[in-house]
Amino acid sequence: MDGNYELEKRKYVIGGAAVVIIIVYLIRLFTLQLLSEDFKISADSNAFLKRIQYPARGAISDRNGKLLVYNQPAYDVMVIMTEQIGVDTLDLCESLGITRDWYERRMEEIKDPRRNPGYSRHTQQLFMSQLSTEEFSRFQEKLFRFPGFYIQKRSIRQYNYSNAAHLLGDVGEVGPEDIEADDYYRSGDYIGKLGVERSYETVLRGKKGMEILLRDARGRIKGRYQNGKFDMAPIPGRNLKMSIDIELQALGERLMKGKLGSIVAIEPSTGEVLCMVSSPTYDPRIMIGRQRGKSQKQLAQDPYKPLLNRAIMGQYPPGSTFKTSQALTFLQEGIITPSTAFPCSHGFHFKGLTVGCHKHGSPLPLIPAIATSCNGYFCWGLFHMFGNRKKYPTVGDAMTTWKDYMVSMGFGYKLGIDLPGEKRGMIPNAPFYDRAYRGSWSGLTVISISIGQGEVNLTPLQIANLGATIANRGYYIIPHVVKEVQGMPLDTLYTQKHYTRVRREHYETVVAGMRQAVLGGTCRVANTSFYEVCGKTGTAQNPHGQDHSVFMGFAPRENPKIAICVYVENGTWGATYGVPIGALMMEQYINGKLSEASQIRATEFENKHLYTMDNVTRLDE
Amino acid sequence: MSAKIKNKKAPSLWKSIDWLTIFIYLVLLALGWMSVCGACYDYDQAGSILDFSTRSGMQIIWIASSLLLALLILMADDRLIESLSYIIYICFLGLLFVTPFLAHDIKGSMSWIKIGSFSIQPAEFAKFGVSLCLAKVMSTYGFDVRNWRDFIICVILIVVPMGLIVMQKETGSALVYSAFFLMLYREGMPGSILFTAISAVVYFVVAVRYADNPLWGVEEISLGSGIVMLLIQLFTVGLIRIYGQGAKILSRRVLLYMLAIDAAAILFARFIYPFNAVWAMAFACGALAIYLFYLSLRDRVLPYCLIALFALGSVGFFYSTHFVLDKVLEPYQRTRIHVLLGLEDDPRGVGYNVIQAKIAIGSGGLEGKGFLNGTQTKLKYVPEQDTDFIFCTVGEEEGFIGCAVVLLLFLSLILRILHLAERQSYTFGRVYGYCVLSIFLFHVFINIGMVLGVTPVIGIPLPFFSYGGSSLWGFTILLFIFLRIDAGRNRQQR
Repeated sequence: MDGNYELEKRKYVIGGAAVVIIIVYLIRLFTLQLLSEDFKISADSNAFLKRIQYPARGAISDRNGKLLVYNQPAYDVMVIMTEQIGVDTLDLCESLGITRDWYERRMEEIKDPRRNPGYSRHTQQLFMSQLSTEEFSRFQEKLFRFPGFYIQKRSIRQYNYSNAAHLLGDVGEVGPEDIEADDYYRSGDYIGKLGVERSYETVLRGKKGMEILLRDARGRIKGRYQNGKFDMAPIPGRNLKMSIDIELQALGERLMKGKLGSIVAIEPSTGEVLCMVSSPTYDPRIMIGRQRGKSQKQLAQDPYKPLLNRAIMGQYPPGSTFKTSQALTFLQEGIITPSTAFPCSHGFHFKGLTVGCHKHGSPLPLIPAIATSCNGYFCWGLFHMFGNRKKYPTVGDAMTTWKDYMVSMGFGYKLGIDLPGEKRGMIPNAPFYDRAYRGSWSGLTVISISIGQGEVNLTPLQIANLGATIANRGYYIIPHVVKEVQGMPLDTLYTQKHYTRVRREHYETVVAGMRQAVLGGTCRVANTSFYEVCGKTGTAQNPHGQDHSVFMGFAPRENPKIAICVYVENGTWGATYGVPIGALMMEQYINGKLSEASQIRATEFENKHLYTMDNVTRLDE
Repeated sequence: MSAKIKNKKAPSLWKSIDWLTIFIYLVLLALGWMSVCGACYDYDQAGSILDFSTRSGMQIIWIASSLLLALLILMADDRLIESLSYIIYICFLGLLFVTPFLAHDIKGSMSWIKIGSFSIQPAEFAKFGVSLCLAKVMSTYGFDVRNWRDFIICVILIVVPMGLIVMQKETGSALVYSAFFLMLYREGMPGSILFTAISAVVYFVVAVRYADNPLWGVEEISLGSGIVMLLIQLFTVGLIRIYGQGAKILSRRVLLYMLAIDAAAILFARFIYPFNAVWAMAFACGALAIYLFYLSLRDRVLPYCLIALFALGSVGFFYSTHFVLDKVLEPYQRTRIHVLLGLEDDPRGVGYNVIQAKIAIGSGGLEGKGFLNGTQTKLKYVPEQDTDFIFCTVGEEEGFIGCAVVLLLFLSLILRILHLAERQSYTFGRVYGYCVLSIFLFHVFINIGMVLGVTPVIGIPLPFFSYGGSSLWGFTILLFIFLRIDAGRNRQQR
């Protein structure tokens, strides 16, 4: 008990400690709030002005270093609500060239927390964005008459070329959901909306800085707080070097004029996308500045959907270009050998089912079958594969094996390109058909998948990637549009090789078939004496209208430099549009220019229009 | 009749409850709500602070539910609460264990469990569970903290939940549990343990903070090292005086010798030949330790031996801090410690928050700018504006007067709890009371200290002020269980 009495005294130690802590804190507060010179001036609530400094957004160039996107100064008018009392609104509206109505509506918008979630009366709010240099200088002279109004220097995007709108994307003001998702943004900030501006937003944007300025009681800026000791300098964004060849891109856009569809070219050895055309397209310059909203609306309402990047969002039947993948699968699975021949008498006929074909010799081995694009051959191949009960216990197992081959070639899932909005296409699997046919189906039921029809859908990017895989004889690197990010290694995602399930020797057989198609088959138009072109046409049946014209190919045959897919909606035969356009594109890239004869052909195709659409190239205010 | 007898045995709850504490609690809640309003939004339309889509509106829901919770606890039977102590503790251990697996990552912390549209942080609730368990264990018959085996039990009860919380990457919340050692001190843990722990922290902070400042213009001597050596000498002498028998003369003589050696070494370094005088001071400490060993052997006095160990240990600790800091820690960890101690400016990181906090508080002046009129504590200038750095808002909007009121309210709450704890007739109530006190003291000490730039930045909430349901509920439960126990103190039988 004696000990316990001793212990009770310890309450004085503990209570004393609490008292000492509080006293120390009171003294500290006293010095901070009442004595410190540093903070005395700040008793006035407006003493500190914290001004955000915006970093320059990274510039974008093409693979040859040609500057595509850069920054241009623009000026935002900012307002602090608590300070703008007593401004002559009429004078202000006149100086800025706005109406009284607009002024009042804008003020309401700023104050509405739903539209402007970061609103505060005490901080700068965006009043009017992106004044041109002339507008700015006119306003600057009168600025002293409008207390509470400030100029914030910003930079806006400017474009050197009218091409590649889908790839480059654009920047616009952040929406409430962007602010919600990322603490970095505040109302009035810009964010990449589409294309690489969106997918590389975090590297392009850099990091905002802040300077702390001191003001006197009248709000005049007196200088930097402690000589800028606590300022943060903005960190500029990183520059991007795209893998696009802007000349090739421009030619592609020219050739696709008046047509719907897409061209994708890939450098097979690196997976770099050399061009990605989606038609119709638009001039990226219409998305700059204050006209962005108007342009956006106009493009969104266009019935031909120019905002849609068909190269990665369009999902089409690949048609006969898909036969190459079938040949590879049958060879690897041992269903056929290169010398296996199947009969074709104007198509595939079995138990009353007919898949038509055009006229050619019969029976055919594999290489001529690819060259002439024989439907019968590939139907028989799939029929034998799906009917092989020794190798596959059920048709479902055969289907699963087939699907695994397709997936290994990059079909059925997003490839993972560094652009937003990629679609995955469609590769059916056994459960899909079980549901569709209630379990009762066979190789015959699904025979049309062997010729790239039926349920199979690919994006043009996936078809081009198939070309790149064949060019590489069995592997691909995930296609990507950015070659280099300044001061940063490229994501390893875009350097790894993905091998398919098919051995290299079988690829050589298919390459021989594709070469034959150019020499004496469906792709004769693409033949040239400069280099060995390999190709495969496709005429994709379209229940809604004219067939689609498709071409997939690569060149040269050895050490290929370019693999390409041309997809022209409603272009009828593969040889009508796909092959000649593909040939011109390959020539441009490999030779660096078009020959005179090709120039004439290019102009001819530029003027062959399948659709009459208002050419959305340049909006004038 | 029977009712009357019952009343005699246990006076009505409403009479025996401590209304003063409840009053302080309510005032703090009200001030806390005002601060959340000031911190989280800037309103133009009157009444929108009550909008439930804003944090200030949500905080009203938290406050209302806390009051309901408090009422429920007061209606419960304190003996029931006491008897459930172990079960509650074990449940919390289980909850803390599974939390990282259920949690979704919020800013790198894995301590939040999502239930419907709300997230709760079990670490904030576990405090009362640990407090109850400690109180229950320590009130068992024959339990004595001075018995080392019992002491180890207490340490285990504290360290296990701490470890689980560290696994949730909430080091700050885990550190709160070290506050329980203050309670253990009251219950008999040797003061020397507390003293040694605090000295270690002080040595570390001082040595690192002033490592690069020269002492009296002599480049060879680091001011930090010199001060730490002097502190070691003073602490040692102090211990001799307290624990030695009749050691007044001895301690005075030792102190004189020490100061003489220090002064001689520093003067020599200053005027004759510059050398690191700290070595001489360390040497003096070593000599003192040897002398104390000799004394303890000669006079058979054990404390001298322990004091000698303290002196040697302190010197060893001092030299190892530099070794650990320079050689063992990664550069970024070193930077972090330097920033915490104000040695490096890191305007983008922790240092930035502290600077912004100081600007905000400093701009409040004597009377502050008034409710909702703060400008520095709005928007995103100070991160964690309405949680960990909420005191900035008090400083800016209510000024020195408001801050002083809040600090004094916390002080009165803590002292009131101290008084209530001491008047408990049973160990259970007293231990629990001291647990509550320790936790409040720790939170107030660290949270306000970091905002004022005095203590390191450890992310823990300010009781009743910081926005959030978990912490408010946690503190309310903690406090009202104690008030309930206190209200039942006059019962005759247990």
